[in-house]
Amino acid sequence: MKRYVIVGNGTAAVGCIEGIRSSDTDGEITVISEEKHPVYGRPLISYYLEGKTTLDKMNYRPADFYEKTGCRVIFDRAVSVDPEKKTVALAGGGALPYDALCVAAGSRPFVPPFEGLDTVEKKFSFMTLDDALALEKELDRDARVLIVGAGLIGLKCAEGIKERVGRITVCDLADRVLSSILDTDCAAFVQKHLEENGIGFLLGDTAVRFDRNTATMKSGKTVEFDVLVLAVGVRANTDLVKNAGGTVNRGIVVDGKMQTSVPGVYAAGDCAEGYDASIGLNRVIAILPNAYLQGHAAGVNMAGGEASYANAIPMNSIGFFGLHVMTAGAYDGEMTEEKNENGIKRFFTKDGLLRGYILIGETERAGIYTSLIREKTPLDTVDFDLTKKVASNLIFSRENRRKKFGGVV
Amino acid sequence: MKRVYVNEEWCLGCHLCEYNCAFANSGLSDMAFALKDKKIFPRIHVEGDDKITFAVSCRHCTDPLCVKSCIAGAISKKDGVVRIDRTKCVGCLTCVLVCPYGALAPGENGTMQKCELCLENACGAPACVTGCPNKAIVYEERGDGE
Repeated sequence: MKRYVIVGNGTAAVGCIEGIRSSDTDGEITVISEEKHPVYGRPLISYYLEGKTTLDKMNYRPADFYEKTGCRVIFDRAVSVDPEKKTVALAGGGALPYDALCVAAGSRPFVPPFEGLDTVEKKFSFMTLDDALALEKELDRDARVLIVGAGLIGLKCAEGIKERVGRITVCDLADRVLSSILDTDCAAFVQKHLEENGIGFLLGDTAVRFDRNTATMKSGKTVEFDVLVLAVGVRANTDLVKNAGGTVNRGIVVDGKMQTSVPGVYAAGDCAEGYDASIGLNRVIAILPNAYLQGHAAGVNMAGGEASYANAIPMNSIGFFGLHVMTAGAYDGEMTEEKNENGIKRFFTKDGLLRGYILIGETERAGIYTSLIREKTPLDTVDFDLTKKVASNLIFSRENRRKKFGGVV
Repeated sequence: MKRVYVNEEWCLGCHLCEYNCAFANSGLSDMAFALKDKKIFPRIHVEGDDKITFAVSCRHCTDPLCVKSCIAGAISKKDGVVRIDRTKCVGCLTCVLVCPYGALAPGENGTMQKCELCLENACGAPACVTGCPNKAIVYEERGDGE
């Protein structure tokens, strides 16, 4: 009987478990979970603070998931991997033997060495459920909150706590919000909407020094705050594989089968650096669907099956105060735009292919656009101009539609 | 398993499937009371132009991307049917981002809804099919993919 060990208990781990169980129903699966919770939807923590979900509803799988999939969960921390003996050592003592190992260890917040950070009493990261529960205790109607980082994490945090605090200021060294996924014009549109909903910004300027309740900005401005949230960025947890002699870069380098350079060791999710088909290079794509799909591919291969995951692309769906934003692919090539007072659509085409898009506001049936990028559909085989205002299956040929809507897909 | 299939040559573009769907999932017994003067949120929609029309609803894919992408674990597949637990959905629209068919849309309260083949409502079989005046939408076995 094969022994599987999974380090981590997030979405990639679930993908891995379900991938293993798709072919091996007998093997022994052990999950090492550093967080003392059953798997939950990590991106839901802001929705929890906002009151859009509850602790009960945040479970990513039903309560009997581990029992039904025959997994043993150990609440402990993996400290090292011995690739010769094929064991994982635990912080609590002992070592687990494995035949196949998946490192799905996720990422951790990156906290720059700010001067005076240790003088701040109420400071939080915003990555885990425990982070959210700790932050929740400090929320009150008079609290002045400073969020460092205007990326996905910082802004979702801002939305989540808006109705529960007095004032929110978000600062970022970048000159725009969501700088990793939006260009200048689109970012300005989203920023205006956030400001209309009561979020204040200091952009192109960030905190450099803290003294108890005062942050001093790079520009010399000062911001008084009661609660500090640090959402500057994240770092992939690569040490387990790095220290076992495996190849790591920003993430743990994996091939299309999610194998690391260490035999018998796989990696998946936010800690892994796999192939990004939108740029043709390896890159960490730290989004939930990617974590599941990588985990699932790893699991199938760990169980002796054949799975490759070669068409990963970055993509995001995120909303703030009722304004939806979707992005996908690479913003590479010629840009065409559809714009009105409700939003913006920008499409990027190159070499006869849709390479990427940014949609603000109108996002109906956007998956049709995403599939054009993912499947590398030649645009001369579809009527793409027709669909720029609203995505439609009308762009495809009649025969193509017959397959989609008249057959099993 | 049985799925809903569409023959666009026979579609009249009448949108009756949308109304029958909205009514079937309203939980009400009177169609006029359920739908009259209201914006409807059906789980099937008609696309097209002045020449071609066709209805689109969930394909219940053999390898559904929405299930693998849902950040809340709200979408699952059981007995071949892709279902959504709307009490878990937070309306992030990630399923809209990934569905290649454009088959999911938010309901009135902002959480997502999708075709569940009328297996969970009082109809027991797809109301869009039963009510299609030209048999452009059918509910049958084609191929053996689950």
